[in-house]
Amino acid sequence: MGTQPASSLAVSVAVNGEQIEEEVPARRLLVHFLRDDLGLTGTHVGCDTGNCGACTVHLNGEPVKSCMLLTVQVDGAALTTIEGLAPDGELTPLQRAFNEHHALQCGYCTPGMLMSASALLERNPHPSEDEVRVALQGNICRCTGYVNIVEAVVAAGRGSA
Amino acid sequence: MLLREVDYARPATVDEAIALLAEHDGARPLAGGQTLVNVMKARAASPDVLVDLVELEELRSIGFGSDGRLEIGAMVTYAQLVSSSEVEVARPILGEVAATIADVQVRNRGTIGGNVCVNDPTNHLPPLLVALDAHFTIRGADGERTVDASDFFQGVYLTAVGVGELLTKVSVPPAVSGTGDGFAAVTIGKHGTCIVDAAASISDEGGVGSTEPLESRGAGFADARAGAVRVVLGCVAPTPVRATTMEEGLAGAELSEAVVRGASEGLGATLDPPSDVHGSADYRRALAETLAVRAVLQAASRRTA
Repeated sequence: MGTQPASSLAVSVAVNGEQIEEEVPARRLLVHFLRDDLGLTGTHVGCDTGNCGACTVHLNGEPVKSCMLLTVQVDGAALTTIEGLAPDGELTPLQRAFNEHHALQCGYCTPGMLMSASALLERNPHPSEDEVRVALQGNICRCTGYVNIVEAVVAAGRGSA
Repeated sequence: MLLREVDYARPATVDEAIALLAEHDGARPLAGGQTLVNVMKARAASPDVLVDLVELEELRSIGFGSDGRLEIGAMVTYAQLVSSSEVEVARPILGEVAATIADVQVRNRGTIGGNVCVNDPTNHLPPLLVALDAHFTIRGADGERTVDASDFFQGVYLTAVGVGELLTKVSVPPAVSGTGDGFAAVTIGKHGTCIVDAAASISDEGGVGSTEPLESRGAGFADARAGAVRVVLGCVAPTPVRATTMEEGLAGAELSEAVVRGASEGLGATLDPPSDVHGSADYRRALAETLAVRAVLQAASRRTA
């Protein structure tokens, strides 16, 4: 399939466990597909240049920036967005840790922070402070100064949220 | 952000990809997209056709060629370089440097092929691969050719990969006895864009002590005389710059700090780097000497027994 160039493509993608089939223009960025086509507005557009990480989602379990991907590139993949972290509405230990450690102020970067941090905890359940800082390198926060965010992720890893 | 309209194709084989690239004017290969998608957003480039390489599994492998060289497929991501046991065994500096490129999200998508084909002067891998004596395999309608690093990097965003061609793999010789590699950079923030970087690689090839058995070199081996030393600078010109005078000064020398510093003197004056908000040309000249020294000393400290 897709061996002849076309301006749109039938894309099949699992988003938060739900299989979605949709004809998508080749130029549509993944972040706009999620927000505008699927209504999943928890994924934020911050800088639109690939620097801030507010648009971070999981692509087959790995964190990626959805503003630097075309939707057609993720055909066949499984995506998790911030809406998929706690589908039943009960906060995860990581989300509770953000709450308890005051790890957000305006909250704009928080979905991206949570997606990067949750991917870290998946592969490294008890990260050190340094490991958390490396994992969050691609996520910019303009309010908190990062200290409380790092503390929250370390605490979530310790299970002492 | 709304991109200009673009056509998209996802070939199943390298030959199909090459045919698509040759057939369509304005076609560009799409690897991880961590540069190209941003460039398209800024409309600094507006390809008419994107040829997505995502399904070309043969470009994703890391292995060893019949000549023993470490072969890395063009679609291998930075994250793969970081976690590859083959890279760790054969040329660990590649994984170490890849781990400092951008951030986790970019490392999960960005590829070695994209990094070198963009050849942005601030990219980490071009100077490192010149230092490691990398070879680049390019496939086109007429078959395959292999070029070395000095011929591959031709200008900003310009390489030996021509219209209708595709970079398929990059190979480097595996580390052997006496090999040591180093990399040093001053960046905009930790893991940020390089202001100046330097890569160094030491080998025993043609060296004073190259026929001497290892045991006879004793405990001071790390400081033993070098054979060939490659020193390569990034961010100071459109393509990586080999510090040839410094290399000649170090060939066969004892790699003490004083000797390496001495050999670096005057290197800055040979360069004509750009001035920008991150550093003046003079600052980059000074950084070039300092970082070349750091890279060589790191390489010397890591020479394998």
